[in-house]
Amino acid sequence: MDKETKKIILDPLVDNNPIGLQVLGVCSALAVTTNLGTAVVMTLALTAVTACSNLSISMIRNHIPSAIRIIVQMTIIASLVIVVDQVLKAYVYDLSKQLSVFVGLIITNCIVMGRAEAFAMKNPPGISFLDGIGNGLGYGFVLMVVGVCRELFGTGKLFGVEILSTVNDGGWYVPNGLMLLPPSAFFIIGLMIWAIRTFRPAQVEDPDFKIKDVSGTEAV
Amino acid sequence: MPSENQEKQASSMNFLALSNDSTAKTFIMATLVCLVCAVFVSVAAVALKPLQILNKELDKKKNILQVAGLYQDGDDIEAAFSKIDIKLIDLSTGEYTTEYDAQSYDERKAAKDPALNVAIEKASDLASIRMRPKVMPVYQVKEDGVVKQLILPINGYGLWSTLYGFLAVESDGQTIVGLSFYEHAETPGLGGEVDNPKWKGTWSGKKIYGSEGDVGIEVVKGAVVPGNKNEAFQVDGLAGATLTSRGVSNMLKYWMGSEGYQKYLAKIQANGV
Repeated sequence: MDKETKKIILDPLVDNNPIGLQVLGVCSALAVTTNLGTAVVMTLALTAVTACSNLSISMIRNHIPSAIRIIVQMTIIASLVIVVDQVLKAYVYDLSKQLSVFVGLIITNCIVMGRAEAFAMKNPPGISFLDGIGNGLGYGFVLMVVGVCRELFGTGKLFGVEILSTVNDGGWYVPNGLMLLPPSAFFIIGLMIWAIRTFRPAQVEDPDFKIKDVSGTEAV
Repeated sequence: MPSENQEKQASSMNFLALSNDSTAKTFIMATLVCLVCAVFVSVAAVALKPLQILNKELDKKKNILQVAGLYQDGDDIEAAFSKIDIKLIDLSTGEYTTEYDAQSYDERKAAKDPALNVAIEKASDLASIRMRPKVMPVYQVKEDGVVKQLILPINGYGLWSTLYGFLAVESDGQTIVGLSFYEHAETPGLGGEVDNPKWKGTWSGKKIYGSEGDVGIEVVKGAVVPGNKNEAFQVDGLAGATLTSRGVSNMLKYWMGSEGYQKYLAKIQANGV
């Protein structure tokens, strides 16, 4: 794998994470991370959709009229999402039931649209496909971290296997109910972004305005 | 979708040479993209349909077995299901009917078929389902030839969606064995907790009808007060899911009421199965 390909796939993991840096696709990240199983399936679904939509949009990018650009992208993305949803219903029925509406909502996930518009419209198919995979993995990385925290501390389990034995089942661990509610994912994602930006100060944005010291006078 | 590109290259070169912003090309591109996507989606939907239907049927059977407490993970669903007899009952009389074939009768299709359904008056439509079938199946769980449980399909509106499920009742027609939903689209983690095994477990042993024959069973807001006189009829509400809980409560009031299974269950209570 040459350097550039590697960069395209690995960059979105931390350095240019779609959730961490661009703060896109947060809604579904709150919804599907109550357990790791759904988080993994959602990651795979989103990665497949982003990669394939990037690929197909990139292939016809030179012939998409700019007036209907967004609609063409949406049509392609929506078709892919429907197909992914159908496949999940056919092969992993139980998980697709848990994911319920959220697979359908990949259509409105800003990561897919964002990559189509920002990358696939300007780059050749092969590299666009890899970019889609990279961003899907970046999304998945955040989902995994959030999913581990929520499932472990919320239910004492990982992938449904008991790790901490809970009080209800005669153990010692009192599950944290907040972890099962969407706000907890907000806190975890917020803390993650804080951590990433502490280690990668380049990601910290400049403040919109600064409060200046005015020497010798009080601020009016 | 590699075919998309090839198809477009195969079409006339004149069209490709058109300016991207010309009206003609805009229309051609829009049509082509729609066509290719439509074919793609239809093929996937049609090709996967048989598998999806099979999944749904197995899931329904699994739910019937689960609500009866007959299913552990990994069991052969078809084999376990052979213990169950399906009978059809006419809700208006509470009598068994053999008008339709019980094995292939689909109460959800019947609810939409004008020949097989009845409209529910707005005032009595507690479950917000508007239509109900005239005839409903009842699944009788047998052990050594004796009916142990009756499993009754129910449905009703929650917050976002119609919930479809089963209520398992003991052969006395009064004591609940369990409640389980096999299809709904309530909020995961809140209303979706109707699937929580612990909550489902709280239904076991509750009574349906009060001493006057009224429908007593209900989902209360918050937790059931221990020791209150209605305790046997009350189930804890789901935290953070008031509307879903209310929906479940209302659907039971409807389906256990006079338009639902009450006549049938009254006969069972009086005469046995």
